Amino acid sequence: MDVAVDVTEIKRADLLQMYYYLRLTRGLEDRITALYRQGRIVGGCYTSHGMEAIAVGYASALERDDVIAPFHRDMGAFLIRGITPGEVLAQYLGKRTGPTKGKDGNVHMGDIKRGIIGFVSHLADNLPVATGVALAFKIRGEHRVVFAGTGDGGTSRGDFHEAMNFAAVRMLPVVLFCTNNQYAYSTPLRLQMAIPDVVDRAKAYGMPGEIVDGNDVAAVYLAATRAVARARAGLGPAFLEFKTMRMHGHSEHDPAKYVPRELLEEWKKRDPILKAEHLLTQLGYGDITLFQEITERANKEVEAGVEFAEQSPLPEGPEVLEGVFADSADDH
Amino acid sequence: MTTTPAAGEVTYLEAISQALDEEMARDERVFLMGEDIGAYGGAFRITEGLLEKYGEWRVLDTPLAESGFVGAAIGAAMMGMRPVVEMQFADFISCAFDQITEVAAKNHYRWGAAVPLVIRAPFGGGIHGGPFHSECPEGWFFHSPGLKLVAPSTPYDAKGLLKAAIRDPNPVLYFEHKFLYRRAKGTLPEEDYVVPIGKADVKLVGRDISVITYGAMVHLALEAAQVLANDGIALEVIDLRTLIPLDTDTIFESVGKTSKAIILHEDNKTGGVGAEIAALLAEQCFDQLDGPIMRIAAPDTPVPFSTPLEEFFLPKTGDIVAAARKLKEY
Repeated sequence: MDVAVDVTEIKRADLLQMYYYLRLTRGLEDRITALYRQGRIVGGCYTSHGMEAIAVGYASALERDDVIAPFHRDMGAFLIRGITPGEVLAQYLGKRTGPTKGKDGNVHMGDIKRGIIGFVSHLADNLPVATGVALAFKIRGEHRVVFAGTGDGGTSRGDFHEAMNFAAVRMLPVVLFCTNNQYAYSTPLRLQMAIPDVVDRAKAYGMPGEIVDGNDVAAVYLAATRAVARARAGLGPAFLEFKTMRMHGHSEHDPAKYVPRELLEEWKKRDPILKAEHLLTQLGYGDITLFQEITERANKEVEAGVEFAEQSPLPEGPEVLEGVFADSADDH
Repeated sequence: MTTTPAAGEVTYLEAISQALDEEMARDERVFLMGEDIGAYGGAFRITEGLLEKYGEWRVLDTPLAESGFVGAAIGAAMMGMRPVVEMQFADFISCAFDQITEVAAKNHYRWGAAVPLVIRAPFGGGIHGGPFHSECPEGWFFHSPGLKLVAPSTPYDAKGLLKAAIRDPNPVLYFEHKFLYRRAKGTLPEEDYVVPIGKADVKLVGRDISVITYGAMVHLALEAAQVLANDGIALEVIDLRTLIPLDTDTIFESVGKTSKAIILHEDNKTGGVGAEIAALLAEQCFDQLDGPIMRIAAPDTPVPFSTPLEEFFLPKTGDIVAAARKLKEY
């Protein structure tokens, strides 16, 4: 879109790895949706169907000791940071082996050791938190970067603006992003803001911004790589707007009848997995046989995860009383 | 209370400054954030001199955005730093309510990330601050699991509790009373010390009636005790010092001895900390009580500005004396 994308900058192995994570995300979330329809999951299912390229692309651009504060449709980022499909499924099923041990559900998970700030439902709440993570890196002189975002709806929150401003004033090593999937639950973008592009908000804070095709994993990866390199070099924060479309309802209970069918048909043609396959084929990096092989490997991992989650124990009732206060903060 | 400290004495305000300075010197992870705390030294001059001593990355002037900088402090805390945030006035904490109750309070419970954060909140009336500069917002947070709440009444406790709060692995809201800044005085130990969070202090031992209180009201209770001593009524004054976790052992022990309780706070009456203590006493000490549990608190209005209105609003020594005399008759 805004910036020319030179995909030859990305190594074949990296692109194939991203393709694997696109498939793993799709396979895992489809499985979660199926479990939901069977009534085996209580609570919501917020999937990234059709938007998988964003989380897979940006998480692939980060180093191991960088930190993410994901948006609730960033399953690919959780997986790339090392949360296993089994742990994700255990979280969805409320099992003790999930990252929150049953204290919270679905995408509301985090892991400080894997550099994941736990998602909070109050959208954009984690953006100020992310600036503080970046502030810690800056104070200590560490060359680590934070990648944090929200949806288009979340950019209406004051916390989004407070975070953007603070990050810019203090030149913090944080990349803030917006996953513009055009609907905040049922509210279309035009009722959310009077500007067509969220990226225009970055200018107001003196921050560089870029519009990126959120359905193109290579474009996301390259834009994220540039912004991360800039932040790591001490040049301050940047803002990325990933344009995409939410292909399912807000949660799986929502049939999303408020979205025009023709809009969905149009975006279906831009499916990130098809797009990645097309690119890999064009570059001569893979063919249908390889894609099938990778897809099978991903689906196998999902099935192993289902088995792990189903065999995992539920927490015992009295465990509700544990962990309100920390005994120590020295492991952080 | 007079306003000039005697030789060797420090004010409540100086005690807080000392705690900040000593903790910053002791632990390089400790840093300060807030509005106008740098060159200006903060609205009450508590951080005066710290910018020069520790530099702009340990004494950070923030934009006027409480939610934003409390959120940032949470993030830094989770990364191993020890941020101490100053709310210019406790009233403005409402702007950061969401970050405090939804993020700081719940992160450890939800996914195991400790948030070693301190928020200093200058609270309370008696300074003609009006509805936006005199509030007692502790009740808002008293109801939110995951936060610790402290409210010192003396310079000794102010310093010791702030040090304990900074060393605590949890989010601690530190309610410092503005009326006491230059009025409460005392001598402090030379050596490093902490006042443990969660331990109340029996400020005055008495056999007749327990007055359970905190913050500036402790001094009011002590004044009332002097008046009542002439009537032959001996008040026992419990300074809670910590609201969460609440030291119920000390409260129950005292009421078990005196059989009578007055709960005194400056915050509005309905749904305040006192309501919970009254309920606990009714639940746990019913058999020992020889009279009704009495509450003295501010009426359910915002804090007013004009002198006669504010005087009417705030609890007075006379209120305690009258309540104690009435309770003595049971």
